[in-house]
Amino acid sequence: MKLLVCIKQVPDMESKFKIGADGWYDRQDLAWRMNEYDEYGVEQAVQVKEQTGADLTVLCIGPEQVKETMKKALAMGCDRGVHIADDKSHLKDSYEIASIIAEFARDKNFDLIFAGMQSQDRGSAQVGVMVAELLGLAAVTTVVDFAYADGKVTVKRELEGGVKATVEVGLPALVTCQLGLNTPRYPTLPNIMKAKKKELLSVPVADLHMAARLQETVKIEFPEKKGGGIFLEGEVESIADRLIGILKAKTAVLA
Amino acid sequence: MKILLVAEYRQGKLLDSYTELLAFAGLMGAESGMVAMFIAAEAAGPLPKFNGRLYLAEVSQVGEYNPEMHKQLLLDVVAKEQPEMIVLAHSSYGWDLAPRLAVALRAAQISEVVAVEDGLLVAPMCNGKLRRTMKSRGKMTVATLQAGAFSLSGEAAGVPTVVAVGGATSGKVKLLGYESAQQGGVDLTKAEVIVSAGRGVGKPENVAMVANLAKVLRGEYGASRPVVDALWVDHNRQVGTTGLTVAPKLYVACGISGAVQHLAGMKKSEFVVAINTDRDAPIGDVADVFAVADLKQLLPVLTEKLQAL
Repeated sequence: MKLLVCIKQVPDMESKFKIGADGWYDRQDLAWRMNEYDEYGVEQAVQVKEQTGADLTVLCIGPEQVKETMKKALAMGCDRGVHIADDKSHLKDSYEIASIIAEFARDKNFDLIFAGMQSQDRGSAQVGVMVAELLGLAAVTTVVDFAYADGKVTVKRELEGGVKATVEVGLPALVTCQLGLNTPRYPTLPNIMKAKKKELLSVPVADLHMAARLQETVKIEFPEKKGGGIFLEGEVESIADRLIGILKAKTAVLA
Repeated sequence: MKILLVAEYRQGKLLDSYTELLAFAGLMGAESGMVAMFIAAEAAGPLPKFNGRLYLAEVSQVGEYNPEMHKQLLLDVVAKEQPEMIVLAHSSYGWDLAPRLAVALRAAQISEVVAVEDGLLVAPMCNGKLRRTMKSRGKMTVATLQAGAFSLSGEAAGVPTVVAVGGATSGKVKLLGYESAQQGGVDLTKAEVIVSAGRGVGKPENVAMVANLAKVLRGEYGASRPVVDALWVDHNRQVGTTGLTVAPKLYVACGISGAVQHLAGMKKSEFVVAINTDRDAPIGDVADVFAVADLKQLLPVLTEKLQAL
């Protein structure tokens, strides 16, 4: 059995963002990490590998720096990494990114592909499903529970308002992982050391980039602050006193 | 502009979100008669109210969740109607189906649209810290709309012309059934004060600080998704799209950045206090008071002072 997990490197969402010269958010001075949704994908893929002895490849598109994030996936248990080297991946649209992944995967006969349900920066929830469609695979999204047995995958999809749907699909298939699917493991030191010896292949994006983009980003900007709320800053003692004063004046909860 | 809307039907019910799709269509300048809608529902049940054509697939035949089948039915409708835009809710149904349509049609997909500006679609990015305006390069656009971003000024009205569609059931994905979250224990929706813990609490032990503040305020404590996913707080206390929608007299968000999904669950609260070290956190959009502080320092002091009142 052959498994693929697709990951993305994203900035820490607590970062202070700036608009960059290329029209995207400025990529300088940001802390980078694995997209949180993808961490669940990696963990699930590693669990299936442990269950079945399958071979597991991790794929990531982006500049040289994404290799740091890929090393984490390797330390979590992926067998090898495929880095699709692209300094401009952040300017490509979801369809282009999906096409690149599909082009790579087309002749590899993966039985099961894992992707995050969405990325934390774009949040478009498109790439995973698009990869499946381009490859003609069944896809199930927003998975919060996963089991593989007898060539079949049974998952729970998270719907709105606390409802879940149980869905079954045969292989080959692609699933997109929602937060809380499992508990992603922390790489141990021995596994971090082992990961350094694992294969990490780089493929130039030009070899796989066949599709033209379907959309353009006209602009990225800061939203107008809607709040109009009062900011309390300073020593916690003083913040607490002022906050209690406001609660007394504006609400009935302290009455 | 001609628009095709995709309404949702789940667990035997027509979802109200179709009215948000209609509101968006109105905003895009779609006239009555320029709107078509697709739904897989019970033909005998309540149907969407609007003026236009309603392509109706009998749900007993095509299922509530059968993405391949629904995609194919929609592609047939698209071929007939030639819409410039296909619009779905940004929901577990919409974000599942939309990329399938976009790929089949080689149409640009714009997800989680929150606004229309100069005819262009705007969506949030980076947890709402930024917003992105996008433009399709082709003739057709698939859009999904953020829940609650568009609403009709009045009630939905009208009677559509129903066009029955269907076909032999096919599809590799099989829906086996639904389950609802276990109820019981605390009911947050009845609490007058809710103090919620977010990722900023840092570790499970600190949830107690949040619970203590809730106690002195005679309320309940809740949590945002990451805290529930980490199993620090039970799921029946989760506030947000996939948990509870609450509207207490006072909502105190502790270390909650304010992801859209969380805001959707609490923005109707009467008074909102945010406690966060990140002054730019999107929770500020709904906060009446924003205490820029580390909750681990502020909560014990605040709780003690309240206790002494």
